[in-house]
Amino acid sequence: MSSVGNFLPNQSRTCDTTGLPVCLTAQFFIKAHAVCAVVFLLVGAIGAILLALTRWPAVQLLGPTWYYRTVTLHGINMLIFWILFFEVAVLYFCCTSLLNSRLFSRGVAWLGFVLMVVGALMTDVAIFQGRSDVMMTSYVPLKASPWFYLGLILVAVGTLIGVVNYFLTLYIAKRDGTYDGSLPLVVFGATAAAIIAVVAILHGAVALIPTWAWSMGWLSEPPDAAWYRLIWWGLGHVSQQVNVCAMVSVWYFLATLTTGAKPLNQAVCRTAFVFYVLFINLASAHHLLVDPGVGATWKIWNTSYAMYLAVLASMIHGFTVPASVESAMRAKGYTKGLFGWLFACPWKNPGFSAFFLSLVIFGFMGGITGVTLGTQQINIIAHNTLRIPGHFHATVVGGTTLAFMGLTYYVVPLIFRREYYARPLARIQPYLFGSGIAIMALAMSFAGSYGVPRRVWDADAGANLSAGANLMLAGVGLGGTLAFIGLLTFILLTVAAVFFGKKNEGRPMTAW
Amino acid sequence: MSISPPPPGWFKAPTGGERTWVGIALLWCLLMFLMMPYWHFRGKQNSTGEAYRVAPADFAARVERFVESNKVAEDPQSKKPIVEPAPGGDAYLQARMWDWYPVLRLKKGQEYRLHISSLDLQHGFSLQPMNMNFQVLPGYDHVLTITPTRTGDYRVVCNEFCGIGHHTMVGKIEVRD
Repeated sequence: MSSVGNFLPNQSRTCDTTGLPVCLTAQFFIKAHAVCAVVFLLVGAIGAILLALTRWPAVQLLGPTWYYRTVTLHGINMLIFWILFFEVAVLYFCCTSLLNSRLFSRGVAWLGFVLMVVGALMTDVAIFQGRSDVMMTSYVPLKASPWFYLGLILVAVGTLIGVVNYFLTLYIAKRDGTYDGSLPLVVFGATAAAIIAVVAILHGAVALIPTWAWSMGWLSEPPDAAWYRLIWWGLGHVSQQVNVCAMVSVWYFLATLTTGAKPLNQAVCRTAFVFYVLFINLASAHHLLVDPGVGATWKIWNTSYAMYLAVLASMIHGFTVPASVESAMRAKGYTKGLFGWLFACPWKNPGFSAFFLSLVIFGFMGGITGVTLGTQQINIIAHNTLRIPGHFHATVVGGTTLAFMGLTYYVVPLIFRREYYARPLARIQPYLFGSGIAIMALAMSFAGSYGVPRRVWDADAGANLSAGANLMLAGVGLGGTLAFIGLLTFILLTVAAVFFGKKNEGRPMTAW
Repeated sequence: MSISPPPPGWFKAPTGGERTWVGIALLWCLLMFLMMPYWHFRGKQNSTGEAYRVAPADFAARVERFVESNKVAEDPQSKKPIVEPAPGGDAYLQARMWDWYPVLRLKKGQEYRLHISSLDLQHGFSLQPMNMNFQVLPGYDHVLTITPTRTGDYRVVCNEFCGIGHHTMVGKIEVRD
């Protein structure tokens, strides 16, 4: 870069592999958030395998109390803690290394981090104490322990503080002229994620603060059930769009690192990110498609008009991301036939395979099921059935989590500066995890179309499940087990590398 | 590169295959946008979202009156009253931890206004094996205009988590000729 960074003396280093500058304060907080993310991923993963083995009718491992408790634990730890901690790490990386800037404030970063950790522990303890079996959605008038809500509020505030630190870093980078021209695409996408995160967190505050006050006994009545659902999904759905934005940014990032990809037209990619920011909040209306309290016109307007512009954004990225890889590969000379470039891609590099599998699983399975479920006509046969988790395990797990795993295969060597052991195992890990999740998500979707409800301990209690439904639930158990093995492999490899991996300071990382 | 500032002049209209794809995607989105309202009116399969505010105690009283004046038998298994509403009239279904009350007996081909509400938590009305699902909220009388088209015994499963007995919450709707 021609511009000069704004780092204080001895507060930065140059990456030995990529040549990117690394702010040491940001590096510390990237490490801290990433470590916490993986710890909560492990907690959620233990929940995941217990749930998969309970929904498998032939096994039904847990009793009802611990089943419902574990659904709550799994949802909160995976969808909130693992993903938010990782996303703050991604934000801190993007606004420093990619902008040639220092992090705005160490103190603000500490404050956000401590609030997030305290809040997450508080909520997890409240769940384990057994007075918060309310699912992740905590629909009122179901009541949890006040610590459950307070913990979530603290995590949200901590995240918001991290996001503010991100925006202020963008500000000082611009002010100090640490880069020329416009933000890099990956930072632009991360900024879209940060903006949507603010919207999501504000909705969360509006929904959860009165609920918390009610659980404390300060309010005699719980919030109205329909109102709560409307506002809560402003958190619940919008935060998934944070994940989408962060994931797409990570796709662009990994595509660049692994194949030297170059987007054909950045205006198109950036417009798609703007569509996410503008339209996705309305799309959260699709959670209320079979609710009383909001009319059909409201439902149709909010789920069709606006959601399809957000869908358009995803369809654009579904083209531009692989196109950027294709053009890079063709430029390297892999021009044979229509798909010669694809076969020549670095499929042994877990950073690439995780990214590409994430793209395929998110786009084809997650995207198509999502658009389908979000129509008024189909929602009526899908609402609260296993088709819903079938959809979002394809988006958030097969998509976001797998992309974040792929990124981790670079975060550890580049930020922790440690090498992975058992590299052949790391090479197959994305395939293991991706195929497990794909099998499980498909099985869930089919079980749901047989009418099997989500979040139910014994689907057979009154439903007299068909043979097909039973078969699909077995598929949930098997796919879930396979995914769990893939996830555990990821965690063990990463923990081993972070704590015991060979140091690679002063030389480029071993290429995957 | 995606990780460095774009070169000057990056803001330009798409060309070639990219332009075609954006066009196809946009057309597809517009088609979906038109389909949903079109099928709402043409398909007549969806609730209009008719709902009224109701205090849970008032709804319970209405359900009790409905049961008293329309009860025809008692379900031998669940001991719940079997209630046959007048064709074309109002039918009531009450959700609470952890049962659906009462058992409804409807006539095939007749239209009913089915009122569903909850006395306590949120519940999920899931008609099986039809697989038709609606959210049930306390404080809201959700009115579904329905016409049963097939005879048989249908189960009503709860598919919104409502506490430890959630999976035991199963009701029944009978459709007769």
